Amino acid sequence: MLKLSYRGGPGMLAWAFHRISGVAIWAFVLLHVIDIWLSNVNPGLYNDVLTIYASPGGRVGETLLGAALLYHALNGLRIIVMDFWPSMTHYHRQIWLGSWVVFVVVGLPVAYVILKPIWGG
Amino acid sequence: MTGGVRRYSPVGRPRPIGGDRLELAVWYLMRFTGLALFVLALSHFIITHVLFDPANQTSTWIQDHRWANDLWRYVDGSLLVLVVFHSFAGVRTVLQDYVGGRARMVLIPILVLAGIGLAALGLWAVITAPAPMP
Repeated sequence: MLKLSYRGGPGMLAWAFHRISGVAIWAFVLLHVIDIWLSNVNPGLYNDVLTIYASPGGRVGETLLGAALLYHALNGLRIIVMDFWPSMTHYHRQIWLGSWVVFVVVGLPVAYVILKPIWGG
Repeated sequence: MTGGVRRYSPVGRPRPIGGDRLELAVWYLMRFTGLALFVLALSHFIITHVLFDPANQTSTWIQDHRWANDLWRYVDGSLLVLVVFHSFAGVRTVLQDYVGGRARMVLIPILVLAGIGLAALGLWAVITAPAPMP
């Protein structure tokens, strides 16, 4: 059973996304360190893995990874700001909304660049 | 705040209170490594997915271009150590929240050893990848 340790109302969603994106990034880090190690000890196999990353499915996965990374980074910054400048909690709604504006403004063009080769761009 | 010590930080994990120095150190290190990763991990993602395309970054390309300059080996090695610490310490927190008793006593040491092993594997790759032919 999920025993949720944070019971903070509006921050609950931010907390859940932070944890889910964090565990997803951890899983990718496991895979990624091993594939970079392969690039050294077995270059042929690494180049095969690379064709999976460059495939349409791989690109969708990288876009989701980038979204998880960007959300986790922005929300993490929000946590750090509020932990070290507690008076900023006064503006927590504005900071929460602002981080989503940055997420969309930065994320959409990046997603476009990553996904473009799927339709031959 | 109405005087006294704030027991819960408003958005993140509460800063540990009491005498547990390890937990307090992990709390601070999560924030310092997080700040460094905000720059290093995001720029790494932009470099490998926006400035370059994954399709072109073959094993030979990495050795001939990205790691031809030792500075990039230091940058990538630092990113590796920071991300392995931050992500494994994060999963340790998740285990502390959801797993108790005997299972936690077994899983956390395994996690710590796996993290050290993974960092060693990655550093081995970063340090020993052959330099390009002059």
